[in-house]
Amino acid sequence: MLEIFQYDFMIRAFIAGLIIAVLAPSIGIFLVVKRYSLLTDTLSHVSLVGVALGLLSGINPVLTAIAVSIIAALGMEKLRHAKKIFGESVLTLFLSGGLALSLIIFSASKGLNVNIFSYLFGSIATVSENDLKMMAGFGLFILLIIYFLFKRFFITAYDEELAQANGLPIKLLNITLMILAAITISISMRIVGALLVGALMVIPVLTATQFSKSFLKTFLYGIGISLLSVIIGLFASFYLNLPSGAAIVISALLLFVLSLIINKKT
Amino acid sequence: MSVNHIIEVQNLNFSYNNLPVLDNLTFSVEKGDYVGIIGPNGGGKTTLLKILVGLLKPQSGTIKIFGTDFQKLKNRSEIGYVPQRIAQESVEFPATVYEIVESGLITKKGLVGNISSADKEKINQALKMANIINLKDRLMSSLSGGQRQRVYVTRALVNDPKILILDEPFTGVDIISQKDFYSFLKNLNIREHLTILFVSHDIDTITEEIKTVLCLNRGMFCFGSKDIIHKENTIEELYGKNITHIHHSK
Repeated sequence: MLEIFQYDFMIRAFIAGLIIAVLAPSIGIFLVVKRYSLLTDTLSHVSLVGVALGLLSGINPVLTAIAVSIIAALGMEKLRHAKKIFGESVLTLFLSGGLALSLIIFSASKGLNVNIFSYLFGSIATVSENDLKMMAGFGLFILLIIYFLFKRFFITAYDEELAQANGLPIKLLNITLMILAAITISISMRIVGALLVGALMVIPVLTATQFSKSFLKTFLYGIGISLLSVIIGLFASFYLNLPSGAAIVISALLLFVLSLIINKKT
Repeated sequence: MSVNHIIEVQNLNFSYNNLPVLDNLTFSVEKGDYVGIIGPNGGGKTTLLKILVGLLKPQSGTIKIFGTDFQKLKNRSEIGYVPQRIAQESVEFPATVYEIVESGLITKKGLVGNISSADKEKINQALKMANIINLKDRLMSSLSGGQRQRVYVTRALVNDPKILILDEPFTGVDIISQKDFYSFLKNLNIREHLTILFVSHDIDTITEEIKTVLCLNRGMFCFGSKDIIHKENTIEELYGKNITHIHHSK
């Protein structure tokens, strides 16, 4: 057996990584085609407020991160719908506000700083058995919703007005997508880290679009590329002693560059 | 109400920020009619269509579709809609023709229903009828403007609508594709008895195709047989300027 699989923590990291690898592009694809990729970064920064509150209160930080990022996602959707603020500016408001607030909470609660780094950049050693169960549960929930709503999310992303004229509840679909994004980001923090999780939601999808022949194929290719990025990244993290999140994102980026080269040659 | 009236609009009012766009509009459309809606920019054409498909709510007035109050209408898929501009059509959205047409049918399936094999057959039939079956696996971004418009109409037709509403479908479409498309619509109107409402700025061509004209300039300027347009000064008064008719060669 490879040395990497002789450690329980690495097996847990691999299982967690594979769950995230499937979830991240499954949600990310809809955000990319809606030109809403920055939402992933915004939600990940906001989720740090939840992490800080969780560490401070002794509640599981992933659960508090989910709660805070869902509240923020609903707030963003409400502001976006009101159309009183430019679309992208809403994201900047929440992104900078979330980061600032989390820093204040972290600095006000001295002694917590030991944990911050693993939430920011991901750490393969921190995934517990309980984390894994929670990720599997949420992961299954998210995939089931995507399975049933896939084609509704697709047409809403393609043209909201057309979807609304056909009688689809676009507000409900948009809110559902944002909640799913918030949960995905929060549960991915352990492995990829809050500052890098957005990349795993976006880069594999961009790589997949280089070869896309349909929306469904782009979705499936995106998952495949994401799985490959996570596997390469976790191996690199273990053997080269790199932060797992950074190693995964660099792998995803290298695959993207490779796709550009292949696409140019064909 | 006449049994043949498929759309009935009464005393319809709509305004944006207290600026009236539709002022006390009343008209009705008979089953199988082919209505051209013309008028200057800002005259309320797109607003009227958006109200008829439920994208905007009027401040007052009533709309009945198939004799039923619009708000109580259960089956919205009986109204096919092709908007003026599709949000993602200019970018590399990785969607095939088949996926776009299929999305028209999924809206009829509620929140969780899925596409059956009978539905797939229906999609293929619609693609054949619109003569775009050979394009079904092509990406939308690889199509011409005319081909894309045909896909959006097919998407609307896959639900067997009773009414087809099109908002300036020829933006960016070349003249040959336009003629081809007009003949496709005429066939649908004559053979399938599909009621069509159509907004266009091409007054000359539209009057060759339609049966009835609705002239809008915030209020209703004229409504009736397309011959109204040819009455002296109708177009000039509607647009507030001298208009020169340009006749396209056949």
